[in-house]
This record gives sequence, C-alpha cells and structure tokens, in this order.
Amino acid sequence: MSAPLLDIRDLSIEAHKDGERLGIVERVSFSVATGEILGLVGESGSGKTVTCRALMRLLPTRSLRISGGKIEFAGRNLVTASEAEMRHIRGARIGMIFQNPASHLDPVMRIGRQIGESLVLHLQMSPREAKAQTIELLRQVGIPDPQRRADDFPHQFSGGMRQRAMIALALACSPELLIADEPTTALDVTVQAQILRLLVELRDKRGLSIILITHDLGVVAQTCDSVAVMYAGRICEKGPKRDVLAEPLHPYTSRLIACQPSASAEAGLLPSIPGQPPSPSAWPSGCRFHPRCERAIGLCRSSAPELVTVRSNHVAACHVTAPARLADEAA
Amino acid sequence: MDRFRFVLYRPLQLLPVLLGISIITFVLIRSIPGDPARLLLGTKSTPEAIARIRAQFGLDEPLWVQYLYFLKNLFNGEMGTSILYRIDVVRLIGERIGPTLSLVLGSVILAIAIAVPLATAAARNRGSLIDHTIRIISTAGLGFPAFWLGIMLIILFSVKFDMFPVSGYGDGFADRLHHMVLPCLTVALALSAVLTRNLRASMIAELSSDHATAARARGLPEGMVFWRHVLPNSLVPTINLLAVNIGWLIGGTVVVETVFSLPGMGQLLVRGIFTRDYMVVQGVAMAFACAAVLINFLADILTAAADPRVKI
Ligand SMILES: Nc1ncnc2c1ncn2[C@@H]1O[C@H](COP(=O)(O)OP(=O)(O)OP(=O)(O)O)[C@@H](O)[C@H]1O
Ligand SMILES: [Mg+2]
Repeated sequence: MSAPLLDIRDLSIEAHKDGERLGIVERVSFSVATGEILGLVGESGSGKTVTCRALMRLLPTRSLRISGGKIEFAGRNLVTASEAEMRHIRGARIGMIFQNPASHLDPVMRIGRQIGESLVLHLQMSPREAKAQTIELLRQVGIPDPQRRADDFPHQFSGGMRQRAMIALALACSPELLIADEPTTALDVTVQAQILRLLVELRDKRGLSIILITHDLGVVAQTCDSVAVMYAGRICEKGPKRDVLAEPLHPYTSRLIACQPSASAEAGLLPSIPGQPPSPSAWPSGCRFHPRCERAIGLCRSSAPELVTVRSNHVAACHVTAPARLADEAA
Repeated sequence: MDRFRFVLYRPLQLLPVLLGISIITFVLIRSIPGDPARLLLGTKSTPEAIARIRAQFGLDEPLWVQYLYFLKNLFNGEMGTSILYRIDVVRLIGERIGPTLSLVLGSVILAIAIAVPLATAAARNRGSLIDHTIRIISTAGLGFPAFWLGIMLIILFSVKFDMFPVSGYGDGFADRLHHMVLPCLTVALALSAVLTRNLRASMIAELSSDHATAARARGLPEGMVFWRHVLPNSLVPTINLLAVNIGWLIGGTVVVETVFSLPGMGQLLVRGIFTRDYMVVQGVAMAFACAAVLINFLADILTAAADPRVKI
C-alpha cells in the first residue's frame, strides 16, 4: 500500500498561560488514505477541533502551540513547514469546514466574493473567471439560483445554505483533504442528511479524503470508513468503522455507542455516560477514563495504557479489554 | 423600499427634537441676568433709548408671545435680527458657517488619517513596544484639554518655528488651508486619541475572530486578511463613535475658534451669549442642533452601507 495522504504521529499540543503549561492534546496519531473518510469522535473538550487546527497550523499562537510530533501531509512535515509553504497548502490542498458557519463567514463581504478570493489567490483566476467558477461551485453544493445568491451576504443565507457555502469555499480549489469540523451539528436532520450525502458524493467523484469530526456515531456509521475515538486529549481507540462500531474495545467507545439515540430508543430515555469529561487542568492519573469506567482496575489509576493492536488496524488503549481480546484472538 | 422610507421619515423625526431645543435655548438664554438693550447701549443708556430698542426687537412683549414669534419666524426659515450686528441672523450664520465647517471636516479627516495607521500598527503588533507607545500616547491625548493643546501647538509651530499663522482665517484657498492646519490639528489630536483606542480594540477582536481564522484557512496572507476582512469589520463600530464625537466636537469648536480667533459659529455663539444677543444664540443653537441630528442621520446611512446586517 502506498503512503497515506496524511499521517499524524504523536502530535502533542499544549496551552501556555501565565507561564503554566497544560497538555491539551497528547501523542495523537492517525492517518488518512486518499479517498478515505475518517470519523473523529469524542465528547466536547476532547481536543478534536484543536487537533485539526494544528493540522492547518492555525492554532491561536498566543495560547496554544504544537509541542511535539509530526504531521506528514503528502510527504511534507507540516509541523516544521514555513509560513509561506503553509499558505500554499491552506485552502489549496487542505480545505476546512468550520463548526459554526455563521461566525466563520465574513459578515460584510458577499458570499461570492469570499469564495472567489481563494480562486484568485491559488488558481490565479481573473475576477471574471472566479465569479463564473464561484457560481458553478455554489450550484454544485446545491444552492438554488446561485447566480443571484452569490451576491448575497452571509446573513441572508439559511443555516443549511451557509454550511453549503462553507463547503463550496473549502472545496473551491479542489483540495486533496477536507477537514469537516462538525459540519452538521447546527442543522436539522434532513439538511444534515443532505450535507453528509454531498460529502460522500464528493469523495466518490473526486477521491477526496475527509476528516469528519462529529459527536454522532450514527453519522460515522453512515459515512465513514474508519473511526478514531478521542477522550481527554488522547486517542483511546481507532480502526475500521465496522470493527469499532460492531466490536468496540475501549469501555468509553462502548458507552458512546450505548448512548446513541437509536440504540436506546426502546429504553425511552437517553442514557449518558455518568460523570463529567475531565478538563486539561485536572487530567486524571493513569487512564484518563478510569474515574468514569465501570471496568477500571487498580492498574488503570496508576499507568496510562498504550495503544495495542488487537486486529489488523484496530487498536485500543485499555488495560482490561485489550489483553482479554488478544487472548481470545490467540485461542 | 425600507431605505426610501428611512430617508423620507427620518427628517420628520427631527421636528420634535428641534422643537425641544428651541424651547430650551429660548428659556436658558433669557434666564441669564442682564438686558440686551442695556448691554448694547452701555453707559449711554437712557430709559427711553432702552425702551426703544426693546420695542424694536419685541422684547417688551410677554415671553410666550416672543416664543410664538420665534416659532413663526422659524417656519418661514427666518431667525430674527441680531441685536448687536443689526443684520438677519440667517445671513450672519451663513457668513460664519465656512470656518466652522472647514474646522469640523478638516479635523475629522485628519483624525481618521492619524487613527487608522496608529490603530493598525498597534493592533497588528499587539504587546510590542509600538503598541505600548501608541497606547500611552493615546491615553495621554485623552487627558489634554483642547485649548491647552491648541496653545502648545501655537507656541511650537507658530512662535518657535514660524511655520503656521497664530490666528485668523486668511484669504483665498491656499492661505485658508494654511490657517486651518493648527486649529484642525488641535481638534484632530484629541479626536484621534479616542478613535485610535477604539479602533485598536475592535481590530484586535476582529483579528482573532472566526471569520479571520477562516480567511487564513483559505490561504490568505496576513496582510490580505487584515485589509479585506479585519479592517472593514472593525470600522463599523467606529463610525458610530465618530458620530457621537462629532456632536461633542461641534461644542469643541467654540473653544478652538476662540483660541485661534476663527470667525466661525462657535465664536458667534460666545459673543452672542456675552451680549445677550438672544436671536443669535437661538439661531446658532438651532443650527448646531440640526447639524448634530444630520450627522447622526448620515452615520446611520454609513453604518448601513458598511454593514449589510444593519437595517435602517
Ligand atoms: N485557545 C485556547 N487556549 C487554551 N485552551 C484551549 C484553547 N482552545 C481550546 N482549548 C482547550 O482545549 C480543549 C479541547 O478543545 P477543542 O475545542 O479541541 O474540543 P472539541 O473536542 O473540539 O470539543 P467540541 O466537541 O465542543 O467542539 C478544551 O479543554 C479547551 O478548553
Ligand atoms: Mg470542536
């Protein structure tokens, strides 16, 4: 197999505030092959957004920085890339869809011009070519009457249309990788399904690779090829979607699956994982999930489990379930 | 359609404001002790002469009758005759409006020309030596009274270096421009201090805004992010601040016109108050009130033009 398009190795990110350092993300590794859709899931605050910002080297430099690891993208290490090099990658080779489309569009610039901006910049189009291409892009993402809508300001768009415009913006220069940070959280169910279908279609047509950040394992089941589960700044499990969803190893993943509305519909109410996700200033010792884990043993409190491969490509970091599964497989 | 109605209706809202202002100035100027006729005639005043002047300007009528006359005149576009200058107040204001208008316009343009580059330099180099220097200077600028600053500028540029005239309005365009430099600078320095601080703060907020991050994620270089996205967005709140300050600035022209002996409306107002020239004081106050309302109207239009979300 050829090298993956994106390969993140042991990426760590720390926050520095008043001389104090906090590990926000620790030794995160995952890779995305060409044409693959990777789902990145985890509770709020687990570090999904920060990881993806780091990938674009767009962390707020006053508070956050990459403290270790490698981000190999198409053979280049983005951690050490120069700012000029990054500018040719951002927008041109990696596109990003943000969590909240309303605030990530410039309120005082027409939608069409914002999209045209990257076309002029990266593809050296003339303003007229850019305008025509912008209208074409808006048509492709399903904006009705794109000719007229291109001249609208963001506030004149509905939430779903803004997200579509955001996708058009991110895909304007045909990037190889798309990072979609919860592209559907703010939208109602039908629009959500349309947007996800659009993303899958783009992958099928263009061979686009996608990192899809979401809270929703239902979304993962529908769209992704593989999954990485983050908890408290670390990856606790990752593997092919089928394996992870059908046979989750990490107790956290199991709980997440149990908490999905569809699985618990019969029960009548939505179970949630007891306890709060921890914050970076008070990470638990050992396995960070142990205070909320029913299966925790003494070892979980004192030592952080390493990721162990239990089956081809399926890895998990758990002192209890991973060795048990390994023993099963061996038998 | 909305805009059309706005442009149509907004001037109508002016009417109650002007009515209120007319009552307030009418009462205030008449509540200062002193009789215009006596002040005008000085030591030569005889009871007969005083009575003659009072009758001539209608000052012997009851107050409410005087006010109704004033209102009636206003509706005809007249503001009475100056007791001191013996000419029509509208004509008098017309003669004096030039220096005041140039002072206000010149100061605003100059203040913007000072504030935008300073705020830009400070915001883009936040926390650096440049930023701290600009902050200290603009904070200090807020504390200086306009007249003191004006006198200092006169001492420095007129007396010491002989670069600009000490006072007066000059003749011909170039000469007037030359005369207006120091007065405009006096007002502009105070105004730009407020503008710089405000603009810097909104630029800093906009620099770390989501849409600026999104622009960077599109590959835009930092300079483009700033000029295309950060600056236009940070100007929106500044337009309103400017409008508020122009109201204050109109009041400030009174002081600056006095310091620089500019024959403008501020000076006219001051002299009118000292001589109890009721008609002149009422007229100038009405003119200032109209200007303030008009400027807010313009600011609303400008804000709507700069920010498409604003409905007028
Ligand atoms: N600028 C910052 N300075 C310091 N800490 C930060 C900063 N931005 C984020 N964090 C912290 O990093 C952690 C991860 O945040 P992140 O936004 O990546 O979470 P997330 O997984 O995307 O959550 P959500 O699902 O709510 O979007 C949080 O604990 C957050 O408090
Ligand atoms: Mg997030």
